[in-house]
Amino acid sequence: MEYFAPTQASEATALLKKEGAYVLAGGTDLLVKLKSRMLKPNVVIDLKALPKIKAIEKTTSGWWIGAATPCAEITEHEELTKEWPGVCEALGLIGSTQIQGRASLGGNLCNASPAADSVPAVIAANTICVIATENGEREDLVENIVLSPGVTSLKPGEFILGFKLPRSQGRSGDSYLRLIPRTEMDIAVVGVGVSLSLDKAGNLETIRVCLGAVAPRQVLLPDLQKTCIGKQPSEELVQTLVELARKACSPINDKRGTVDYRTTVAGVLTKRAFKIALERAQAK
Amino acid sequence: MSKKHISTVINGDAMEFLASPEQSLLDILRDELELTGSKEGCGTGDCGACSIMLDGRLVCSCLVLGVEADGKNIDTIEGMGNGSDMHPLQKKFLEHAALQCGICTPGILIAAKALLEKKPDPTEEEVRYWLAGNLCRCTGYDKIVRAVLDTAADMRAA
Amino acid sequence: MNDMTQTNLQKDLKIVGTRPLRPDGADKVTGRALFGADKSLPNMLVGRVLRSPHAHAKIISIDTKAAEALPGVKAVITSKDFQDLPSEFVPAGEMMVNFKDMTRNIMAREKVLYEGHTVAAVAAINDAIAEEAMALIKVEYELLPHVMDVEEAEKPNAPLLHDDMITIGVEPAPKKPSNVAKRVEFGFGDLDKGFKEADLIIEKKFSTQPVHQGYIEPHACLASVSEDGQGELWVTTQGPFVVRNFCSKILGMSTSQIRVTASEIGGGFGGKTVIYLEPLALALSRKACRPVKMVMSRQEVLMASGPTSGAKIWVKIGVKKDGRITAGDAVLKFQAGAFQGSPIGPGAMCAFAPYEMTNVRVVGYDIVVNRPKVAAYRAPGGPISEYAVESVMDEIAQKLNLDPLELRLKNAAKEGTQAPYGPKLGPIGMIETLEAAKAHPHYSAPLGPNQGRGVASGFWFNIGGETCTSININEDGTVGLTLGTPDIGGSRASMAMMAAEELGVPMSTIRPIIGDTSSLGFNFLTGGSRVTFSSGMAVVESVREIIVELRKRAAQLWDVSIEKVEWVSGHARLVGSENPKSLSLRELAEAAGKTGGPIVGGASINATGAGPSLATHIVDVEVDPETGRTTVLRYTAIQDAGKAIHPSYVEGQMQGGAVQGIGWALNEEYVYDDNGKLLNPGFLDYRVPVCSDVPMIDTVIVEVPNPKHPYGVRGVGETPIVPPLAAVSNAVSRATNIRFNELPLSPPRVLAAIESR
Repeated sequence: MEYFAPTQASEATALLKKEGAYVLAGGTDLLVKLKSRMLKPNVVIDLKALPKIKAIEKTTSGWWIGAATPCAEITEHEELTKEWPGVCEALGLIGSTQIQGRASLGGNLCNASPAADSVPAVIAANTICVIATENGEREDLVENIVLSPGVTSLKPGEFILGFKLPRSQGRSGDSYLRLIPRTEMDIAVVGVGVSLSLDKAGNLETIRVCLGAVAPRQVLLPDLQKTCIGKQPSEELVQTLVELARKACSPINDKRGTVDYRTTVAGVLTKRAFKIALERAQAK
Repeated sequence: MSKKHISTVINGDAMEFLASPEQSLLDILRDELELTGSKEGCGTGDCGACSIMLDGRLVCSCLVLGVEADGKNIDTIEGMGNGSDMHPLQKKFLEHAALQCGICTPGILIAAKALLEKKPDPTEEEVRYWLAGNLCRCTGYDKIVRAVLDTAADMRAA
Repeated sequence: MNDMTQTNLQKDLKIVGTRPLRPDGADKVTGRALFGADKSLPNMLVGRVLRSPHAHAKIISIDTKAAEALPGVKAVITSKDFQDLPSEFVPAGEMMVNFKDMTRNIMAREKVLYEGHTVAAVAAINDAIAEEAMALIKVEYELLPHVMDVEEAEKPNAPLLHDDMITIGVEPAPKKPSNVAKRVEFGFGDLDKGFKEADLIIEKKFSTQPVHQGYIEPHACLASVSEDGQGELWVTTQGPFVVRNFCSKILGMSTSQIRVTASEIGGGFGGKTVIYLEPLALALSRKACRPVKMVMSRQEVLMASGPTSGAKIWVKIGVKKDGRITAGDAVLKFQAGAFQGSPIGPGAMCAFAPYEMTNVRVVGYDIVVNRPKVAAYRAPGGPISEYAVESVMDEIAQKLNLDPLELRLKNAAKEGTQAPYGPKLGPIGMIETLEAAKAHPHYSAPLGPNQGRGVASGFWFNIGGETCTSININEDGTVGLTLGTPDIGGSRASMAMMAAEELGVPMSTIRPIIGDTSSLGFNFLTGGSRVTFSSGMAVVESVREIIVELRKRAAQLWDVSIEKVEWVSGHARLVGSENPKSLSLRELAEAAGKTGGPIVGGASINATGAGPSLATHIVDVEVDPETGRTTVLRYTAIQDAGKAIHPSYVEGQMQGGAVQGIGWALNEEYVYDDNGKLLNPGFLDYRVPVCSDVPMIDTVIVEVPNPKHPYGVRGVGETPIVPPLAAVSNAVSRATNIRFNELPLSPPRVLAAIESR
């Protein structure tokens, strides 16, 4: 195995085209796979020396979060956590304090686990990722990246440079909840991210709900436009969301949960996460 | 397979070593530098026994490659005390009997120190969640949490 | 053995019962303490184990030629490197081991019997080469059907693990082999009569999953066998003498050829009472003539060491309206793992042991399945059988509208009660722990919605056993104390405290160390909650012996008879003299050269009279009715310690046991796929409690002295894991108004029950 820590994105994309090349960001997934011999890379490309890859910046349209920024740095960022509490809470749930010191949004996404904690929250937040390619950069919605467990839409040589989180304006709020058997250190059995905004009358102006761990990839609830937009948040609306969430589930039975359990709890967490996001929006 | 030359500062001392790319920083500390105070309980970041500070961040050294440590500052349990004077947490752990077998203790001490540096007045809940990545199978955590809270109170008073 | 019935309980104690710092403390908070994997030797090789990928298969052939030919490989071993051994049972902790099985467990011979079963081992100059070598070993298997569950395994057409296994304990002996290794039965009285007298009978089936001891330090050892056959073994173990004896038997070496030094031990809980890597490392080292270090990965630990049994249990209890038990009957079926030897005996013996029974029977079956061979785990068997009985007791209390503590008080075993396993009990603290629970503010605190309070009691025997210690008075009057039982949780402190108390000197003058197997006579292992009891007894006896020697030396210096010299507060004093003469320990030590040389002593005992320790736990939980998740809100553990030598470490045992029990009750389990492969061999999905999962664990130490120990000590380490399973289950049952009878109470299981309510 060879190790490189390129300082230019073009260098990294070139290295990544080598046979058996893998990206190293925080390493909290990669090193586990190395240890178990699940992966035997020829080349490991440490991205952390690239410009802006570990940066958090406020931009005119929102936020830049470098793909390899450790979660701990993100959750310690006061202004960002105030604007996107749900996204930051989701990031804060990845592993332990120790894991937080290394794990990154880019890594959590590209590991392509349907149970990744940060992904439903950033998808709900309508986040765009910036992808380094052979020919420079391209952008895509986060929800287009994970295709199935362990598989992403990134082409050979591509990697994620960072994320563009939009500005959370007006009466908006987001939230993320997950269910795990313990209080910490588990992989989500179900995760739900909600992001919404209200108009002046308090009716729903926008809403995005994304489920994790209930399908081979994250599921963005469809059809919310006609069921929710312009409507007053009510128990009836919550019930509609719960039903839509359960309908969107196509989980598996595995060591972490059953089909029935995941489906039921997806509804419960949707309800609870919606209420938190709503309260946050209403408080503004 | 060729080894890389890595320069670090460990517990305040400049230290150099050769690392194979696949070696974890924990392997380097334990096998190459004979700093065996950091323990391997799982090798997958789930137990926290290998906790160290890397450039001021609490991390599991089993989830860091040795080659990544180049140019970095590393603090391990071996450097926690100040000469013959143990860190207040070390003393409190003994006073409170906050260890039984002691295998998790170095990692927990490093993690607790990181907490108190960030948050000198943690609540019980904050201590418990901060230490959730440090498994202890002997104590049931009670005396560990008490020792950390008591140290925090003492250090604030000092 | 000398007279240990003379107790010091009435004496004014200066050190025993206080909370001094532990002598090994500084080493353990600074990273200096050396554990199993922390030692290396020059010219050392790395040993690795090739394990079976199959749950059950015949080994057709093993070809190691390519591995042996790989540059850097120094030794490869298979079962051919170990002699076969006849069936012979020897005690290990509270379990029995059989050498025919043991040699097959450490290295598969005819068959592999579980995923992770060792088939070969390699020593190479580094880990990468060892791994490459393992990939070059060709093992040809013939797959066999496997069986994982006891009720499947006992069926007549079940896949047979051992074709020579005839059930022991059945008359007449069965003609056909089966997976049922053993049947045990305990009890007395007339069950039919008892159940006829009952106003209420509750009968129920329970199931528990196997759980791992979960010590944070994986198994590790460093072996070095020299060209002349002398072996050294550094190992993390609860019993260095037991390891030595097991390894010498397995390897055909004499006992004196293997010197075992116990490293500091990073948790054991019973799991480090048997051997896994040790004989492999010695065999590899013997073959390579170089030191060999072996360390298990966490995956290997979970796949191939421990755990304790999963079980199916049936319990039937009859009571009068007032709660008095008229009869109790139980059948226990324990998973042994791949080889016979589950803790079915102790499990059956203590099922009803907290209670005074008139009509009682417990039948137990030890059943082999294609899982790793179980090892002892803290009160082996007790938590399982008592979980079932204590759950039924709680249901009885609910049905009769009785307070669950009052129900237990009405039936509590006490001094003179005939235990269900035969003997009459000495003084025990069941009633005292129940009274303390009743009086505790926790028991009367209000509960909120979706919350429930559970209580349960627990009994564990504790053991004594062979023990010896030595003691040296150093030239400056300080004291060296050598112990043969590894210090797994602060026992150096309690030993030094008892020695200091007896000798009348400050604890700081005593330096306790753990000796290797060449420095002391045989010591049985650290286990069975026996160390403070047995090693404590040996320490007290050795100090008493050395006091006689010190008086003799003083008498010599004063030219009087020994009867004229008494030992008071660390000094020899002349009895009844007008000018009170006195010699300090230091003065006597300095004069030792003139009075006959170094002052040394020791004691060798086979400690008997261990007293059972009883506990009662109270727990409050809240169950989320929509997700089935249980949160432990409050926990109080009350236990009879006999006498707490160092109360902090007694509390620590109670707290640690309680939290292990909470893990067992709520989330710990093994998940296997249909092929018998373990799906959760790591701390990510084998879910031991983390710090944020539990509240503070309040403790109340009750002291009902054990008259057979000089300070009244009972063992305390194991009992605390007995009550939590039922206490938590009873609390969840009361919070949800659903009686649960399966563990773990994981969120999906609880939610499913709530939804079908």
